[in-house]
Amino acid sequence: MSALLQVRGLSRHYGQRIGCEDVSFDLHPGELLCVVGESGSGKSTLLNTVAAQLAPTAGNVRYRQRDGKWLELGALSEADRRRLAREEWGFVTQNPRDGLRLNVSAGANVAERLMALGMRNYGQLRDIARSWLERVEIDATRIDDAPTGFSGGMQQRLQIARTLVTQPRLVFMDEPTAGLDVSVQARILDLLRRLVNELGLAAVMVTHDLAVARLLAARTMVMQGGRVVETGLTDQILDDPQHPYTQLLVSSVLTT
Amino acid sequence: MTTALMLELRDLSKSFELHHQHGARLNVLRGLDLRLHAGECVVLSGPSGAGKSTLLRVIYANYHPTYGAVYVRHGDRWLDLAKATPHEVLDVRRRTLGYVSQFLRVIPRVPTLDIVAEPALQMGVSEQRARQRAADLLRRLNVPERLWPLPPGTFSGGEQQRVNIARGLIVPRPVLLLDEPTASLDADNRAVVAELLAEARATGSAVLGIFHDEDMRDRVATRLFPMQALEAA
Repeated sequence: MSALLQVRGLSRHYGQRIGCEDVSFDLHPGELLCVVGESGSGKSTLLNTVAAQLAPTAGNVRYRQRDGKWLELGALSEADRRRLAREEWGFVTQNPRDGLRLNVSAGANVAERLMALGMRNYGQLRDIARSWLERVEIDATRIDDAPTGFSGGMQQRLQIARTLVTQPRLVFMDEPTAGLDVSVQARILDLLRRLVNELGLAAVMVTHDLAVARLLAARTMVMQGGRVVETGLTDQILDDPQHPYTQLLVSSVLTT
Repeated sequence: MTTALMLELRDLSKSFELHHQHGARLNVLRGLDLRLHAGECVVLSGPSGAGKSTLLRVIYANYHPTYGAVYVRHGDRWLDLAKATPHEVLDVRRRTLGYVSQFLRVIPRVPTLDIVAEPALQMGVSEQRARQRAADLLRRLNVPERLWPLPPGTFSGGEQQRVNIARGLIVPRPVLLLDEPTASLDADNRAVVAELLAEARATGSAVLGIFHDEDMRDRVATRLFPMQALEAA
């Protein structure tokens, strides 16, 4: 199968300081890749650089569009990058408040990305919004409520609905379950796993939680100090870690 | 019965280097050769610590071999899992190589029937047929139907193990690795597992397993593969 995303030698520096350094990987359709490492290891910088939200210092990212054409992300205009983000990609942020519009209703949050793609029929938008609220287990009678009144877990589920409603081919997730109760976390993980399977989408997910990587991702990259120190099958990395840092990370977890 | 070679281990060694234990090195497998044919059931025998589980994990590419080759017949070609890419390993696991351990590890909240059906769905079997097959297996393994809609997190050890076996056997795979899949089962259910394995072998699957229970071992093994613990190097 051919890749959807190719990252080669990607670096992002902040002045003298390394954000991420010389990272390469391929992502295939239907695949979820986890990036793990402690705070400050460069995970989020990598995610944002791959997603063309930060300009790389070196290296390049290629993405295969829906029509099969390869795009060099560094060479795209701002308008083209926005079009990709709107039509083919999705982002789920750690804090749902960053990814939601808090002053409009839950239904409008879900419908907004569809409207950006040109859908205008109010009745149809409302139907789709309602069905997506149900899909992420939010009571559809809350469709006209603003998300400010939702719990953190509900807000995160709403953000997932808002992101996936357009059926993106590639989703970037930054710690989507951090800061949530364990029970809420399990629910969101189950939801993400099902949606990733059903929609066949590809995703890059940053997490510091190795148990999350084990349950969701077939492949994992371990980062330390901006560099990838180990990469491979998730179960291999967790059960037979080779690099000293990965061994430390794995042995520091209570249960994975 | 066909006797096609399905799996071949050549000069396989495995040590663990523990960077945070003063670089301690544990040698578990050394210079191991093994050939496994279609229709065979080879049972690894030997004391605790002989590396039986480690061997199965190395074959499944859950552990990296330190040295040597793990050749698997994958469709119409041979692949050395010691050198395969992650994507190749995943494809081998999906279509060729099954692994059933003693422990069930799944996402909380997912119903039992879905857990069992999942590998079939991933192979492109229709939802209805996958669920039907899952139901048949669970029924044969005497998992009560009222448990099927529930997540197995709160099930007894034996029930979880039977869910795990059903999940491991729902897709017929040419090579099956079994790490004590019957450890907490009663005699009736062990007999069911023995039957399921005989059926898998009859359709040409090769089985490599660990069974501590002697009765079970006698029932399923076509050959034993003795293993010894290595001395610390």
